[in-house]
Amino acid sequence: MTIIEDGAKTKERWDPGVQSYAGMGYWNPDYIPKDTDVLAVFRVAPQDGVEPIEAAAAVAGESSTATWTVVWTDRLTANSHYQAKAYRVEEVPGRPGEYFAYVAYDIDLFEEGSIANLTSSIIGNVFGFKPLKALRLEDLRIPVAYAKTFQGPAHGIVMERELLNKYGRPLLGATIKPKLGLSARNYGRVVYEACRGGLDFTKDDENINSQPFMRWRDRFLYCMEGVNKAMAETGEIKGHYLNITAGTMEEMYRRAEFAKELGSVVVMIDLTIGYTAIQSMAHWARENSMLLHLHRAGHSTYTRQKSHGVSFRVIAKWCRLMGVDHIHAGTVVGKLEGDPATTRGYYDTLRENHVPANPQNGIFFDQDWISMPGVMPVASGGIHAGQMHQLLDLFQDDVILQFGGGTIGHPYGIAAGAEANRVALEAMVKARNEGRDLLREGPDVLRNAAKICAPLEAALSTWGNVTFDYTSTDAPDVVPTAMPSA
Amino acid sequence: MKLRHGTFSYLPDLTDEEIAAQIRYALQRGWPVSVEHTDDPHPRNIYWEMWGLPMFDLAEPDGVLAQINECRATFPNHYVRVLAYDASLGRQTTAMQFLVQRPADEPGFLLTRIEGVDRTQQYAVTSYATSRPAGSRYVSG
Repeated sequence: MTIIEDGAKTKERWDPGVQSYAGMGYWNPDYIPKDTDVLAVFRVAPQDGVEPIEAAAAVAGESSTATWTVVWTDRLTANSHYQAKAYRVEEVPGRPGEYFAYVAYDIDLFEEGSIANLTSSIIGNVFGFKPLKALRLEDLRIPVAYAKTFQGPAHGIVMERELLNKYGRPLLGATIKPKLGLSARNYGRVVYEACRGGLDFTKDDENINSQPFMRWRDRFLYCMEGVNKAMAETGEIKGHYLNITAGTMEEMYRRAEFAKELGSVVVMIDLTIGYTAIQSMAHWARENSMLLHLHRAGHSTYTRQKSHGVSFRVIAKWCRLMGVDHIHAGTVVGKLEGDPATTRGYYDTLRENHVPANPQNGIFFDQDWISMPGVMPVASGGIHAGQMHQLLDLFQDDVILQFGGGTIGHPYGIAAGAEANRVALEAMVKARNEGRDLLREGPDVLRNAAKICAPLEAALSTWGNVTFDYTSTDAPDVVPTAMPSA
Repeated sequence: MKLRHGTFSYLPDLTDEEIAAQIRYALQRGWPVSVEHTDDPHPRNIYWEMWGLPMFDLAEPDGVLAQINECRATFPNHYVRVLAYDASLGRQTTAMQFLVQRPADEPGFLLTRIEGVDRTQQYAVTSYATSRPAGSRYVSG
C-alpha cells in the first residue's frame, strides 16, 4: 500500500476535515497480503446509502489508525505501514445487504503475546461504528510470526493423554447437577459416583464459584475425596475440573494453589474472567503441571447471531493461542447451538496442525499452527448414550464427551449412568475399529452392548429418542446444511 | 475388583479374534504394535515391562498374537497389554492401549489418607498386590 505522495492527490488526502476512509488509503484492492500480516474477514452490513467499499475501508480504518477526521500528526509516522488495508469485498451469497470485507493488518500493530491487545484493535471501537448496521468478525488468519509469540496450550492433547494414561478413545465427563445449591458433601458424592462408575472427569459448572451454599475450599476438599476414592476403586486416573474463577487474579491463584496441594490434575476457568486472566492462568497451569479447562461462559452473547459479533471459530483460535487445554466447542446433536459443518470448523481449528481454508466449514483462511499443541474440544450439553455413534462419527477420538443429565439423571443412579456411557463409548470405538459403519450400524452396536449392560439398556430406553432438532442460527453461507437426527 | 485400564476395560475381556481385529486396525494405519506386561497395575505406573521391541512393518496381526501368547505363557499371572504407536508429526505418542490378559484374582487398591492441617488430606493409592516383592505377586491366582 502506498499513498501516492505527489500532486493533487496528496493535497486532497491531507486536507483538514472529513474524508472518505477509502480515499484515505484504507481501501486498496491491489494490496497483496504479506505472510506476516494478520488477516481478517468481517461480515459488514452498511447503513443505507453507505457503499460497501467505503464500509470495508471504514472497518479497516477504525480498527487500525484512523479517526473520524484527518489529523496532521499521521504525517509524523510511516502512515501507510500502520494503516489496515481492506483489499477485497464480496457479497454474501443469499444475504442481501451483507458483504464479506477482507482486511490486512501489519504485524507491527500488535503487541507480542497479548490477545487483549490484538482484540482491542480488531474488535475494539469498530463494532459500534454508526455507518454500519452490524458487523461480525468471521475469521482471522494469525501469521506464524505472531502465533510464535504465544505460549499455546499449557499441555495440549498429546500431553494430556500421556498424563492421564488414556488413549484411543474420547474421554468422558459430566457436569455436576444441580448447578447450584448442593452442599459440599452432597456435591462430592456426585463426583465420587460418576468417577467410580466409569467417567474420566467430572466438572464444576460455570457458575459454581464460592457461594453461601458451598464455599470453594469445602468443595475442593470433598471433590478430591471423591476423585481419590474413585481412583482406588478403578485403578484409573480421574479428575474433577475445580473451577477457580473468582473476582480477582489473586483469589484465582490462591484457589489454584490449593487445588495443586490437594493433588488435582485439572483446574477450570470461565471465559468471563477475560483474556489476560486466561493467559495468566495458562502460564500458571504449564508451570504447575495442571490441565486447564475453559468453560466458554457468555460466548453466545456475541458468537451466535450471524449478523453481529465474533464467530466462535475466532474465539477458538484465540483460546488456542492463550493456552487452555480444554474448551467447550459444541455437540451438534445436543441442546446448544451448533451446525455440523460450522462445528467441524471449530474442531479443526482447535486440533489440527494445519487447517486449510474450507468455506464449507466456515474457514476462510489457511491457518498454520507450526506444531503448537492442540486443544481438547469438549462436547457438552444435552447429549446422551443413545447418540454415541453420531458423536464418535462427528468428533473421532480427541474430544471429551460430557454427559451431565445423561449421567446424573440415570434411573439406576449416578454410577450406573456413568457405566452406561462408558460401555456405550467403548463398544462404539471397538466397532469402529473393526470396520463397522457407525451411522448405519451404530444403533445395533448400542443394542448389543446393552444386552450385557443393564444400565445401558435403561439409558437407551430413557433417552433413546431424545433429539434437539432445531434450525441453526449460524451456518456457513456457501452450502445448505441440515441437522442430523438420531 | 476389575482393573479399568486401557480402551476396552468396561467391555468383556476381548477374545483373540477381537484382539486381532483391533491390531489390524492399528496396522492399517501404519502404527507399530507392542506388547507389555506388569504385576504392578498402579494407575501411574507408566512403564510396564516391554515384551521385546515394538513390531514395525507388519501387515497381519498373526505375529503380534504369537508374541501375546508367548508373553501370556511366560507370565500367566501378569497384566498384559497391547499398545499401538502413532509416530506421525503432531502425535508421536501412544494411539491405543488395551488389556489382553488379567490375573485370575485382582485384589485392587488401598486408599491411604494422611491427615494434614486445615482438613486437608494427602491421598495415596497402593496396589495390594505390590505388598509382595516383584515376581511373586498374583501367584496364588
